[in-house]
Amino acid sequence: MSYTLEGATGTWEVVIGLEVHAQVTSNAKLFSGAATEFGAEPNSQVSFVDAGFPGMLPVINGECVAQAVRTGLGLNAQINLWSRFDRKNYFYADLPQGYQISQFEFPIIGTGEIEIQLADGSVKNIGITRLHLEQDAGKSLHDQHPTKSYIDLNRSGVALMEIVSEPDLRSPEEAGAYLTKLRQILRYLGTCDGNMEQGSLRADVNVSVRKAGEGFRTRCEVKNVNSIRFVMQAVEAEARRQIEVWEAGEEVVQETRLFDTSRGVTRSMRSKEDAHDYRYFPDPDLPPLVLDAAWVEQLKAGLPELPDARRARYVGDYGLTPYDAHVLTLEKETAAFYESVAEGRDPKMAANWLTGDFFAGLNRTGHSIGDSPVSAAHLGELLDLIKDNTLSGKLAKEVLEAMFETGKAPSVLVEERGLKQVTDTGAIEAIIDEVMAKNADKVAEYRSGKDKLFGFFVGQTMKAMQGKGNPTLVNDLLKQKLA
Amino acid sequence: MTAPTDFTIAEARTALAKRELSATELTQAHLLTIEALNPRLNAYITVTPEVALQQAKAADAALAKGEAGPLTGIPLAIKDLFCTAGTRTTAASKILGNFVPPYESTVTANLLRDGAVFLGKANLDEFAMGSSNATSAFGGVENPWKRTGDDTVLVPGGSSGGSAAAVAARLALGATATDTGGSIRQPAAFCGIAGIKPTYGRVSRFGTVAFASSLDQAGPMARTVEDCAILLGSMAGFDPKDSTSAQMAVPDFAAACARGVKGLRIGIPKEYRVPGMPAEIEALWQQGIAMLKDAGAEPVEISLPHTQYALPTYYIVAPAEASSNLARYDGVRFGLREEGSDLKDLYERTRRAGFGDEVRRRILIGTYVLSAGYYDAYYLKAQKVRALIKRDFDEAWGKVDAILAPATPSAAFGQGEMQDDPVAMYLIDVFTVTANLAGIPGLTVPTGLDSKGLPLGLQILGKPFDEETVFAVGSALERAANFTATPSVRAAA
Repeated sequence: MSYTLEGATGTWEVVIGLEVHAQVTSNAKLFSGAATEFGAEPNSQVSFVDAGFPGMLPVINGECVAQAVRTGLGLNAQINLWSRFDRKNYFYADLPQGYQISQFEFPIIGTGEIEIQLADGSVKNIGITRLHLEQDAGKSLHDQHPTKSYIDLNRSGVALMEIVSEPDLRSPEEAGAYLTKLRQILRYLGTCDGNMEQGSLRADVNVSVRKAGEGFRTRCEVKNVNSIRFVMQAVEAEARRQIEVWEAGEEVVQETRLFDTSRGVTRSMRSKEDAHDYRYFPDPDLPPLVLDAAWVEQLKAGLPELPDARRARYVGDYGLTPYDAHVLTLEKETAAFYESVAEGRDPKMAANWLTGDFFAGLNRTGHSIGDSPVSAAHLGELLDLIKDNTLSGKLAKEVLEAMFETGKAPSVLVEERGLKQVTDTGAIEAIIDEVMAKNADKVAEYRSGKDKLFGFFVGQTMKAMQGKGNPTLVNDLLKQKLA
Repeated sequence: MTAPTDFTIAEARTALAKRELSATELTQAHLLTIEALNPRLNAYITVTPEVALQQAKAADAALAKGEAGPLTGIPLAIKDLFCTAGTRTTAASKILGNFVPPYESTVTANLLRDGAVFLGKANLDEFAMGSSNATSAFGGVENPWKRTGDDTVLVPGGSSGGSAAAVAARLALGATATDTGGSIRQPAAFCGIAGIKPTYGRVSRFGTVAFASSLDQAGPMARTVEDCAILLGSMAGFDPKDSTSAQMAVPDFAAACARGVKGLRIGIPKEYRVPGMPAEIEALWQQGIAMLKDAGAEPVEISLPHTQYALPTYYIVAPAEASSNLARYDGVRFGLREEGSDLKDLYERTRRAGFGDEVRRRILIGTYVLSAGYYDAYYLKAQKVRALIKRDFDEAWGKVDAILAPATPSAAFGQGEMQDDPVAMYLIDVFTVTANLAGIPGLTVPTGLDSKGLPLGLQILGKPFDEETVFAVGSALERAANFTATPSVRAAA
């Protein structure tokens, strides 16, 4: 069922396109050797080039170009062997050169496509219009002084990839899924850390609404939305606003808007009339960027396995459900962790434990996969202890909890806490005999046909064994004795 | 014996090597001349005697140890567009009036590497925008030449007017300069010296204040063609800090000066015979052709059909790039700042106070031609014409090895004579802008005097990265012309 919004005049469709700014993972800036580390002292990572000093010239950073090409390959996109840098001219205090070096007319990456996964299990292809490289600006700090603004140029000149989607998205969910998928691909490729809190990934959301069967109506651009959740909220808020405008008999004006996250509404930033004339022209300091086809092939050969391929492999080779495969491949780190656990073990069992008790443990203790107190090796060891009947499933859950608390190996915890499963049939039989003696009446009832009581006997036996009885043995022996 | 300030660079090198005089003496002789004449000529914005004497001392030490480089102890004037670490670099603009760069341009770094001594920073048109040195915020430069029997103060040309006047009046043995539309070749012609704009990409632009990035090219000025060749040998070379710098080996330019022109075909472009060109210029050109013919070259009439569009093309491309290049002078990080009530006010006050009329005029033109709705009609069309101009030359190289043309349509004019007519001023660049648009080398050689005793120069244009042939032709012309006249304002011999 497609997503629509109900207005006074009927049903409305939402049309969404995303422009994502992704900071290129690179040690140095796009056109200078200055460092790019996040959170450094203000103005500590600024070269004379970044500060726009007289006579300074840009020199392209080859690694940033390689990262853009890798990303293009990951987006199944056209790699343009000839591209060009242009100057986008405007004045602002955090734009030292008075222009941003960008790729306006001839981007390095052309059209591509990615597949998004939706909650109902369906998939949808979303077109990529282009990807281009550009410089980031610095940062203006307006809250440090009552009358002055402070400028931090650490970000000035940092390489960004602007990734533009086709207006193929039709719901907040699709917008969220697109951004999630894009971020996932970038992280797999290692071309952007995807960290939205630190501003490594920001989205400009283009939204318009229309009645079924119509062409596109005027769109508005909601700038600089910095979380997937906010993107989804901004889409709906902006769509509802536009529906109200249309239904009031007015026109939606093409403009740039901001999303007020506390009030959940968008507000106007500048209208088309106030739009800058950026006076784009080819940057005369930089010759066209010409790539060698063989070099692109080399980058292609060196690409890591991407989420779609990995997911398919989990389903095909490991026999996982598409859902589990999806969850386990969302983050590169999770997939690596999973593969390390599954290595030489039952992949389905590994998947169940990972997506079940392990993820629950991470959530409970406030950890992520990156700083999990339980290592993949330890979790694997736990699965081995289940497999060789040292631990029952129930005991294993207890051990895993203890592993989260202590970080210790499961074998150590089993030893320390005496949690080892009892597989001695004689010991189990003795307990069963005791339980049957104590509950002679129930034994009689069972034998007269009240099968349901079997669970009661299992429970009593396990209770008497403090849960350490091997469940299979307990079952088998009970069945024999009660027969 | 020749006065030290009258030495050519080649002669000075020999004298220094033979220890006939010390680098310190040579530098002091120049500093004394500067002291005497600069207050009048205003060729230097900043004189740096301490720096110069220190460098001269180091040069003497190197000479004593036998470790002299190609320019050890040679005193030079540095156009105040090249950033010099620790020495104020103004671009002759108020907006950079107190700017002391913490870095060295590649050109000056190369010269220092080879042992040169920097006497100071030479005057120029503000941001190199001008053809008379009249737009400098530090005042105009006086041309050391006078019309016979006439004390009128003449302009030295521009934008490298300070460099040209300094070299002509013996305030330096040579100078660095830059040429965006003729800023080396035109003042060289007005001041009776030699100057070459090399092929675009031959000399790094790193650390040189930008005017129009796709046209700017640094080069030397000196009193002989050979001296220019020596200086260019030090200035040139691939620089990884300039993406437009060419990965080309630097040949022995000085050696090329002695090659001769026997068998070379010299193109004579008919389109350079412009309406209203003084008969004297035409006569000079014919003399030049005859001289090269006598030296064994073959003159060939050629056509460069798009020449007439060069000037309007140049005055679109150059201001467009300048309007963007000069955006960084905003009062925020360095240079002049005029406080304002808000950011926009700060920009407006700073730039109003910091830029002179000509710079503002070009920023306005450049902003206009890049604006939405005008871009295609102006900037884009200009780029297309530029490609045609370049193609004219590419086709000519199939027929000729070099081209001979006048450097300027007239001799030096009086200060203030063209002040109120910017278009007339722009027309002075008519013979020089083509080389910048095509990216080819161009060398001015002083070839004769006009009827009033003022120097006139001819220009040799060459194939991209074939400065060697340009030097060979220029030297042959220089030998034949035997230009020995000297300006009336100069160091006492």
